[in-house]
Amino acid sequence: MPDLLAARSQMGMSLGFHIIFAVVGIGMPVLMVVAERRWLATGDEIYHELAQRWGRGTAILFAVGAVSGTVLSFELGLLWPGFMRLAGAIIGMPFSLEGFAFFTEAIFLGIYLYGWGRIPPRAHLLAGVLVAASGALSGIFVVIANAWMNTPAGFEVARGVITHVDPLAAMANPAAFTQTLHMLLAAYAATGLAVAGIHAYLLLRDPSNAFHRRALAIALLVGGPAAVLQPISGDLAARQVARYQPAKLAAMEVVFETERGAPLILGGWPDLDARAVRYAIRIPYGLSLLAFHDPRAEVRGLDGLPRDEWPNVPAVHWSFQFMVALGTYMAMVALWAAWVARGRGRREGGRVLAENRWLMRALVIATPMGFLATEAGWITTELGRQPWVIYGILRTKDAVTPMPGLIVPFVTFTLLYCFLGVIVAWLLYRHIVRSPTVPEELWRVVRTGEWSRKTGDA
Amino acid sequence: MTLADILAGVIVAALNAYVLLAGADFGGGVWDLFARGPRARAQRDLITHAIGPVWEANHVWLILALVLLFTCFPPAFAQLSIRLHIPFSLALIGIVLRGSAFAFRSYGGQRDQIQQRWGGVFAAASIVTPFLLGMAVGAVAAGRIGEEGRGGGGGFVSVYVTPWIDPFTIAVGVFALVCFAYLAAVYLTLETTDRALQDDFRRRGLVAGVAVMVTGIVALALSRGARAPLQEGLLGAPWSLPLHVLTGAAAVGALISLWRRRWRWARIAAAGEVSLILWGWALGQYPYLVPPGFTIDNSAAPPITLALAIGAIVLGGVVLFPSLYYLFHVFKGRAATS
Repeated sequence: MPDLLAARSQMGMSLGFHIIFAVVGIGMPVLMVVAERRWLATGDEIYHELAQRWGRGTAILFAVGAVSGTVLSFELGLLWPGFMRLAGAIIGMPFSLEGFAFFTEAIFLGIYLYGWGRIPPRAHLLAGVLVAASGALSGIFVVIANAWMNTPAGFEVARGVITHVDPLAAMANPAAFTQTLHMLLAAYAATGLAVAGIHAYLLLRDPSNAFHRRALAIALLVGGPAAVLQPISGDLAARQVARYQPAKLAAMEVVFETERGAPLILGGWPDLDARAVRYAIRIPYGLSLLAFHDPRAEVRGLDGLPRDEWPNVPAVHWSFQFMVALGTYMAMVALWAAWVARGRGRREGGRVLAENRWLMRALVIATPMGFLATEAGWITTELGRQPWVIYGILRTKDAVTPMPGLIVPFVTFTLLYCFLGVIVAWLLYRHIVRSPTVPEELWRVVRTGEWSRKTGDA
Repeated sequence: MTLADILAGVIVAALNAYVLLAGADFGGGVWDLFARGPRARAQRDLITHAIGPVWEANHVWLILALVLLFTCFPPAFAQLSIRLHIPFSLALIGIVLRGSAFAFRSYGGQRDQIQQRWGGVFAAASIVTPFLLGMAVGAVAAGRIGEEGRGGGGGFVSVYVTPWIDPFTIAVGVFALVCFAYLAAVYLTLETTDRALQDDFRRRGLVAGVAVMVTGIVALALSRGARAPLQEGLLGAPWSLPLHVLTGAAAVGALISLWRRRWRWARIAAAGEVSLILWGWALGQYPYLVPPGFTIDNSAAPPITLALAIGAIVLGGVVLFPSLYYLFHVFKGRAATS
């Protein structure tokens, strides 16, 4: 394996691993906070239990996210010193801010997890809110740095030398807003629907379980709106890509020839030598309409680029289509759930959702989709930028470390992450199957007695 | 004093916080491994209890130092990353295993056997990681990785391996580990009111405190082989004698306080001792970041980046310090341990 490929593989694998935990780290605190808020507002002890159990699950995921994030921040230099030498001064700013945001997140997560009963309830809830806010902020800063790699700004290049560095202009790069919005919604949609899917599965077996009903309702409340809004933010992002990263759009949609009124291509097999797509469904004017909101708009094709500046067209095309398909399914299921629960109160809504077995099955299928879509989206944007690490400025091959034998760290970290992935999955499985079993009917009886006294003390 | 000097100072301060806080968490892993006697279980519980709420926050000091380094001094960061690829990668594996093992043990396993297995991973990783980070610091201090150029010339071993493995860097690695274990033992006396447990860690602290002195002297002796800047700085500069005297006084003071069971004084003195050693290294190689090729001045990012970094630090600090105060107040304050 050539060193460049090994370095790219290691970076991609590290990112692909970390992003799962980063997404959960952004999404789960919101679920925890909603549950805790409901506990404080209603005194319903199940919400208390829910917030605590979600907290314990999150603690494992957050720890793995924190350490795998540390690996990434080192890998920026270990694998791509040429990139950091050039970009550090320009784009270090959001990383520094992310450092502080992550710090705040770690501090308040410690307070949240270990502070039950040690600090006043309101302070505890506030700690949860700060975890959620700083988690989102961390994600935003990191994605801003990535957006800069796609649409570099805030500097000038004069005869190969970087001048006029402006880190604030770099942060305000053209892709920053659309990319951060898309990623943040992805985090909430993926986490929310994954949690909803898990509890839907358990509700299929035990439809009257009060614990799972409440968990499902909160998960849908957080994940549902994000899943519905995601296609809109996807549209914003795609139009941004069409304007500023034509090569990526051409690969996503397999546009070989620059043309006006370009069709939208669904599926298909890109044949690079023949410069054609086989077996695809074509929607006339679809791409021009989607990318520029004008059926006659010109879409730039790969023909404008030398062959060695093409991204990996099939990989980018398929991962993009895969992401869109998954996102569409998730938005539909979210709308369906909203329709089922429309106009009902909290408890009644929980009941009609839990008793709709087809909806529950559809939600179970959606469980891994948000994460798969997130991975596919990152593959699209990262492979779509190749062969550049900074689009149009620095090639990936010129950024890689001179150290030889990079296959060794790649294989080592891959094995390490596989091992951790298996353990985490097993621990979460055990954590989930130990969920409490309280039937809704019985719960109402219990609540009036012992439990409500307990909450009165808390 | 330039803007770049101030930022280099902030990076050293972040490293200092990392050493005092995360270092002690690593040291906790060392004592987890060496938990012995009738109170072995109680010792491990105490360590877990002490580290639990704070280790993730403590760990972030390293990330903060790292991002400030690559924002403010990109060429120096690139050089470190290229030449220290191997020890950094190995240390990362240690960091990943240690953090995950701790979380798995705390939140995952309920059966004793599984707990023990993760405890073993946690302890082993807690020993290997500081040792490797110490070796990396030793290699920087000895001026072995800062030659100009991209590390070409020589073979793989002479460029990527031997610069960070030799008696001096090994001595610094051991020294770092001993310092961390020492800090942990001293801090742990304050985490419990159980007299017997306090005495367990008092004994460990006294042994480790003496070991810090011995390994420190060995490392200093071996630094004679190191290149000029550090050597001159550590032994020749006008500030070096007062610094050595102060460090020695803190070391002795910490041991006396431990002996007399003045836990709070011991904590202050031990933390002061280790901090002075770190700043001694930093001042000793000033104005070099990665000697001999990379100085603060020649690696600094453009002034606007530095100015904004200062702004970010001030802004971040306004959020960070009250939050940190609250964290430690809740879990480490007087009320928390009594």
